[in-house]
Amino acid sequence: MSDIPVAGPEPAPAAPGTPATPATEAGGPAETPGPATSRSRLTGAVLIQAITHGSSTVITILAIFLALVVGGVLIVFSDPVVTRAWSSFFANPGYALAQTWDAVSFAYSQMFEGAILNPATISAAAHGGSIAAIFYPLSSTCAQATPLILTGLSVAIAFRAGLFNIGAAGQWVGGAIVATWLGFGLSLPPVIHIIVCVLGAFVGGAVIGWFVGLLKAKTGAHEVIVTIMLNYVMYDLLQYLLSHQSMLQQPHQTNQVAPFIADNANLGHVGGPPPQAGVGFLIAVAAALGVAWLLSRTTTGFQFRTVGASPSAARTAGIKVERSWILVMLLAGGLAGLSAATVIQGTGTQLTFNSYGTYGPDGITVALLGRAKPLGVVLAGLLFGALHVGGTFVEAATLGQVPADIVQVLEGLIVLFVAAPALIRAVFRLRATAGTGMEAAAKGWNG
Amino acid sequence: MTALAAAVRVPVATHRRNLAAVTFCVFGLLDIFLFGALAFVHSGDAAFTLSQGGSGVQIPTIRVPAAATCLALGLVSIGLGVLRASLDLSRLSRRLSIVAVLVCFALSLLCWADAGAIPLNVIIMAQGTLVFSIPLILGALGGCLCERSGVINIAIEGQLLFGAFTAAIVASAFGGLWAGLVAGSLAGGLIGVLLAVFAITFLMDQIVLGVVLNVLALGMTDYLYDRLMAQNPNYNTGNTFGNVKIPVLSEIPVIGPIFFDSTVFLYITFVAIVVIQVALFHSRWGLRVRAVGEHPTAADTVGISVLWTRYRNVVLGGLLAGVGGAFLTVGSVGGFQQNISSGFGYIALAALIFGRWTPLGSLAAALLFGFCLELALVLPTVNAVLPPPIMNMAPYVVTIVAVAGLVGKVRAPKADGQPYVKA
Repeated sequence: MSDIPVAGPEPAPAAPGTPATPATEAGGPAETPGPATSRSRLTGAVLIQAITHGSSTVITILAIFLALVVGGVLIVFSDPVVTRAWSSFFANPGYALAQTWDAVSFAYSQMFEGAILNPATISAAAHGGSIAAIFYPLSSTCAQATPLILTGLSVAIAFRAGLFNIGAAGQWVGGAIVATWLGFGLSLPPVIHIIVCVLGAFVGGAVIGWFVGLLKAKTGAHEVIVTIMLNYVMYDLLQYLLSHQSMLQQPHQTNQVAPFIADNANLGHVGGPPPQAGVGFLIAVAAALGVAWLLSRTTTGFQFRTVGASPSAARTAGIKVERSWILVMLLAGGLAGLSAATVIQGTGTQLTFNSYGTYGPDGITVALLGRAKPLGVVLAGLLFGALHVGGTFVEAATLGQVPADIVQVLEGLIVLFVAAPALIRAVFRLRATAGTGMEAAAKGWNG
Repeated sequence: MTALAAAVRVPVATHRRNLAAVTFCVFGLLDIFLFGALAFVHSGDAAFTLSQGGSGVQIPTIRVPAAATCLALGLVSIGLGVLRASLDLSRLSRRLSIVAVLVCFALSLLCWADAGAIPLNVIIMAQGTLVFSIPLILGALGGCLCERSGVINIAIEGQLLFGAFTAAIVASAFGGLWAGLVAGSLAGGLIGVLLAVFAITFLMDQIVLGVVLNVLALGMTDYLYDRLMAQNPNYNTGNTFGNVKIPVLSEIPVIGPIFFDSTVFLYITFVAIVVIQVALFHSRWGLRVRAVGEHPTAADTVGISVLWTRYRNVVLGGLLAGVGGAFLTVGSVGGFQQNISSGFGYIALAALIFGRWTPLGSLAAALLFGFCLELALVLPTVNAVLPPPIMNMAPYVVTIVAVAGLVGKVRAPKADGQPYVKA
């Protein structure tokens, strides 16, 4: 990391050489099989090949690294001390570099300590402090990741069937409305109330998703238009429900907030009280396992993937394409609804007119970073969760000097670099191999 | 082969025809039994003012009996539905009938809303509609240039946002609105360059790319807003372009104040619509662009440079969408706020798809969205019958109904979204 000022300008000279990469990519696979097949495949050799040729894991790690380098440039720009040091760079280059290193390493180490592990808590635990404190950052990361994983799964499962679900936000709202309504409207025994609310949230989201699939199947209406429009419809519906006492608004309130849900409907804790992870995280992981099982082990999942690969081929093979569209959108909506359940029932907050936040759009980036695969989505969700936690932490630690907005830039850069393996190969001078790129998640408007 | 194709196609066409006819009738019945009945309850006339106070030729306020007008408009819609079902209409008349039914719907809605209330100023509503529509039209046209050449553009939102930010900061820092406009356009173009480089050269999945560029544009503008504008108001002064009256044309009653007394952005939009429609469908350039978007291999075989065509169109589209972004700040409200485009780019994308990737279709769709947004803004002040959130829902519900019932499956350019690698 000490090479940040050096690495900043470094990608630039590599860029002019990059237009040649598609050509080398085409030529690459032809020369690689020769030595690889003749040699006995030792683990070490495989590892080295993975690094020099850039397996998808290596590409992802390098992409994250490159994003952090670019993010470092932003951090430098936001620190007045460092920018002043750079303005007198030629008078005292060492000072400028040292200041840069200090600012960037401080920001990133704060991010790390806030989101993953704070070494101070380990030494505190060794001297009789709380052991739970060591896991506090990781636990908050999991908590932040929970709704992202679920909306990410929602977008991902639709992608696998060739549909682009921009509507996770609207489906989230559908789930949130039902979960809240069941949460404060009913009084049920402890565990049953939780189950009723979670199922209700699933149904609330699923209905919205189902409607999109139904319109696509019956009338050919493009899911991109319908989901975008339904998002706005759901935002307005939420606002309407929250401004009437007879519906969802908390009694004796003029603000647009729903009542707190009953204690019995709240999901339990796993890591600790709300800023930390709760049962919601387990729901997210279970949902990911469920989606993985569905996609790879069942006929329905096979049909989804076939429809996603080619609707016309699927139709020729006797698969009911329309039925798959409806079903996959129903499941996608349900997953987004579950995401709402984990927020409404898991964080002890009330539903407000802007509770949906950025779960929907973030779900798209998470799904894309996770290559629309369940395990990938979980990992991507955890990474984004960590960035969110780290972002707020670093903003507080630097007294607003480094705004949390920087996290959004980092997220964008990571997905950008991961999805463009040719660029990463060009920057790090890796040899090309076939099949490490992001598999096309959606093939375009015509499905 | 043709017989087989015809045999397969006929049921689909009939299905579509019946669905459209039913949708026409549903709109007609809504005109009569929803708006008409509600207007009957209000029992009053609906009044529409067609001139701005003070200047120019004064046209007397038009008064119509609200309920009866709703009934008439509804009958027209149902009549069109019957025609649609019974006759084999040409493509043009099919599309015109869609427009007619939507206009009837809008008029009867206005009649109901204004029944027994103060006169509604049609001119101001039309101007407001255009204000909402301009960024949508420019964004959709930019997307059209891009997608017709075979590159999916989801980054319209990012182009609008970055254009809006850059226009505001350049106009404020250098004191020149025109500099702001040009800078906004260039900022949109810059996103276009990124889109082109990653999509065309690095063969990146274009949907992923578009979403990522939007995330980046939002993150960067949020960050720069915090760093620059929030701390120094001189970078966000909020100056806006004034209206430019076109000498003779602006004196025409009704049309003049709507179309010829506006900011320079409206005139740029006019020119862009005409130029792009003509260029795409009536010029050699357009034929080549469409060839690249439909069948790049064939285009390449006859000597058209696929990659260069795509690069050029993607960047041109970005420049145009950037102008739309500049309108959001220096053209209308002035100052930049975080996420000022607030989903307009996605609505422009919907308008592009709704308008079947044609400039005129996108224009019609963008005007529909703009009108609905304006309606949601104006109606609560005229006649608070429906709570504002429900009113705000209307444009989106109408779009869903229109897309599902009237337009149905749309076909994108064949190679849209597929990177081209020379074999």
